[in-house]
Amino acid sequence: MSVFTLTVNGRRHTVDVDPATPLLYVLADDLNLHGPKFGCGLGQCGACTVLVNGEATRSCSVAVQSAAAGEIVTLEGLGSPQQPHPIQQAFISEQAMQCGYCISGVMLTAKALLDRNPNATDAEIQQALSTVLCRCGAHIRMLRAIDRYARGLREVPQP
Amino acid sequence: MSPRLTAEARAALRDAGLSRRDFVKRSGALVVAFSTARVASDLGLVQGVVSAQRLDGAGSGNLDAWIAIGADGRVTAYTGKCELGQGLYTAQTQLVAEELCVPVERVTLIQCDTALTPDQGTTSGAQSHPTNFNHANLALAAATAREALVSLAAGRLAVPADRLTAAEGQVRLADGSRQISYEELIGGRRFNLQVSRTAARKPAREWTVLGQPVPRLDIPAMATGTFEYVQNVRVPGMLHGRVVRPPALGATLVSVDESSVQGLPGLVQVVVRKNFVGVVAEKPWQAEQAARRLKTAWAAGTTLPDQATFYQHLRSQTATRDSLSVDSGDVDAALKSAARVVRATYLHPYQMHASIGTACAVADVQKDKATVWSATQAVYPLRNTMAMVLGLPPESVRIMFRMGPGCYGVNGADAVSYDAALMAQAAGRPVRVQLARQDEMAWENYGPAFAVDQRAGVDGAGTIIAWDYEGWSLSLGGRPGLNAPGNVVTGRLAGFEPAGVAPRSPAPPPSGAYANASNTVPSYVSGCIGGACGGTGTVRSERVLSHLVESPFFTGPLRSPARLQNTFAHECFLDEVAAAVRADPIEYRLRHVRDPRLREVLKRAAVQAGWDARPSPRPAIRPNGIARGRGAACVLYEGDNGYCALVAEVEVDQESGVVLVRRCVAAIDCGPVSNPDGLRNQVEGGLIHGMSRALREEVTWAGDRVTSIDWQTYRPWFVGEPVPVIDTIVINRPDGEVMGAGETSITVAAAAIGNAIFDATGARIRQLPFAPERVKAALDSRNR
Repeated sequence: MSVFTLTVNGRRHTVDVDPATPLLYVLADDLNLHGPKFGCGLGQCGACTVLVNGEATRSCSVAVQSAAAGEIVTLEGLGSPQQPHPIQQAFISEQAMQCGYCISGVMLTAKALLDRNPNATDAEIQQALSTVLCRCGAHIRMLRAIDRYARGLREVPQP
Repeated sequence: MSPRLTAEARAALRDAGLSRRDFVKRSGALVVAFSTARVASDLGLVQGVVSAQRLDGAGSGNLDAWIAIGADGRVTAYTGKCELGQGLYTAQTQLVAEELCVPVERVTLIQCDTALTPDQGTTSGAQSHPTNFNHANLALAAATAREALVSLAAGRLAVPADRLTAAEGQVRLADGSRQISYEELIGGRRFNLQVSRTAARKPAREWTVLGQPVPRLDIPAMATGTFEYVQNVRVPGMLHGRVVRPPALGATLVSVDESSVQGLPGLVQVVVRKNFVGVVAEKPWQAEQAARRLKTAWAAGTTLPDQATFYQHLRSQTATRDSLSVDSGDVDAALKSAARVVRATYLHPYQMHASIGTACAVADVQKDKATVWSATQAVYPLRNTMAMVLGLPPESVRIMFRMGPGCYGVNGADAVSYDAALMAQAAGRPVRVQLARQDEMAWENYGPAFAVDQRAGVDGAGTIIAWDYEGWSLSLGGRPGLNAPGNVVTGRLAGFEPAGVAPRSPAPPPSGAYANASNTVPSYVSGCIGGACGGTGTVRSERVLSHLVESPFFTGPLRSPARLQNTFAHECFLDEVAAAVRADPIEYRLRHVRDPRLREVLKRAAVQAGWDARPSPRPAIRPNGIARGRGAACVLYEGDNGYCALVAEVEVDQESGVVLVRRCVAAIDCGPVSNPDGLRNQVEGGLIHGMSRALREEVTWAGDRVTSIDWQTYRPWFVGEPVPVIDTIVINRPDGEVMGAGETSITVAAAAIGNAIFDATGARIRQLPFAPERVKAALDSRNR
């Protein structure tokens, strides 16, 4: 066991865990966060996605020791039901989910891409999402929600 | 973490877990107010005020078991039908709001908890869609409550009831001069009434809340990561379990070497019961490590039939259970007299639910009682089978539904509930289990494979005069129901037998009322038994014979069970016959369908799609490059439970065999629509799910084990991959009976895509999935 101090959603947390523990397990179990979810444990589906220093990261496949130094943001770190982040609002407005279990992967993968490049093309967005899985088939609404968010970003003058 | 509850509320909740009799005795009509988000989510709710009330038994006819009005005027409704991602929580909330004349925000719905809600069996299949839920129970209860409130108001205001109306949580004189609120009338007290079978439901034409695209109440929490799935349930003192499944199907446990994990950090214990093996540890990662390292020895499993020749194996079985859905007795003669006989065989693989998240449950099992948080579709049935697994009386078991990832049928939710309970019973502390991806995919209850032989006799004018269906499918286990925990893997490992197949051959002649038997009967036959014709079609000479054999794998309902496989075979075959007589596929369908609503969805989809009436395949097909085509399919789901027609447009890359679906036009008629956006979401989801299954999905195996065990070996359609434009036509019938919709569009997807591939290329592919290699092979044999 080793002690790690993690910065998650702007708050610092200290945990004492096996350094090889997947980041997901620390977030979901030690910190009781609901955003990142166990889908496959193999990095194949995206349900466990979090942002580490702004990069979409599959937390099931990253050991806590290699992610501990980064700024970690989960879905609940973006906004709340009362004050959703614009990308969350876009998904709410488009009713872009059914069971919602995959949504960390879809939303955070798209957000990481668009925050880096607000002018990302549809092809680039689709490329980024080509390894993100949704089993309910809400694909079309999700792409629409991402487009809505992207349009909003483009309307804001870039520094 | 610890909920701030009133002492009364805490007692009521605790008692609900202990014993319903105690709960009833102590809480009675007490309205218990909960004020924290944590407690609301414990009850499966969004934040709000909840009231709990007396519950006089399962599926109670007592109004108080369904509806309670709090002292603050809020309405609490109790339902045994649960949210599975299909929008049912919101739609049922709309329904209660509509019948009780209150805004949606004033209704709190409590779903699927054996200590709190009525026994409504299983939330499954077509019954799970917003347009087909609880119209006979919850809605009737709400209507009864509204009538009771009006009647109470008539007494209080001393005016005749017929001068009063209910609106916005009040009962008012028609001229608006006087009103009295629900809370003044009954807030915090019981109705003490039976649900009235004659209570007047609001006609769909007067709906103001139902029928509206009310946004899903749970999506804001899901989108912001605050929703509590069963995977998020954490209880004090909880441990984590991991299962150790056998290496192969049919393998039996010889020994477990506990020394192989001795001293591993956090390990609490190894749990063995017959062939069930699990490890329990303090942390999930520790449980995972222990499960990996635990040395177990197993006796050899069952050798599986070779997958390459599986369909021949299936058809050669002799221990079959045979059923005749219809048999006019003259099919052989009619085929002999036909100007032409068209025949074809369709093959559908095993497919899996493959939920995005692996199944999870939390169980707390003590000496004389058990509490299980489960994503089961069937809390009351699970209570019974859980009691069998644990050796407890059913009334000592409480099952609390918590939503999991979309299940699409009996995924791993019930099995993992047993997993958690067995480990919790052994450990004496609460245990959470979430399956490994492989453990779920190798052992779940698959949708069964099908082989279907079709023959149609056609007369000189090209009209079908006889239809002969002979199908083979497989079964083992299924939903555990009320008494068969062995129907899913954990129950079987723990020593319970699965339901098998009782051979019966030949089939007895059809008798009783006509039923289309999971769409085993095609839409084009008349469906006559004893002179009464219940089918949707015109073909009088008809025979539909099915053979069920025992499956080597567990099987169970997978979204549109058997209906999808049969509809693939029927709708592709109808297309083949149309092509054989050079008829337009839509016109040819209409020629053989007499049901007016099935005709209408077909016509509406065709018009919207800009259907170019001509026979398939399209003229002047070039053998190279991208080929484009369109195909149609239609269904009356289950013969009486939802109409859907689909036109699909595809592109086939004739070099690679890759098929892309570019456009889908779906027309749907499921009676009165309770939430049009929810309905569209279901149609779209069904089409994408159906496309994924048609183009990609197939369970694979080799030797004695399943080899499709992750997202690379069982590869569905990912979010960023090309998706069609979907155009959904909703035919709303406010005066019609409610029908299902959640499984209709998926039912027609594979057939419409297959027909479009044929239209584009002239290659008829009769086996799913339409994987590139298979498509390419069909294109190559076409070119020869």
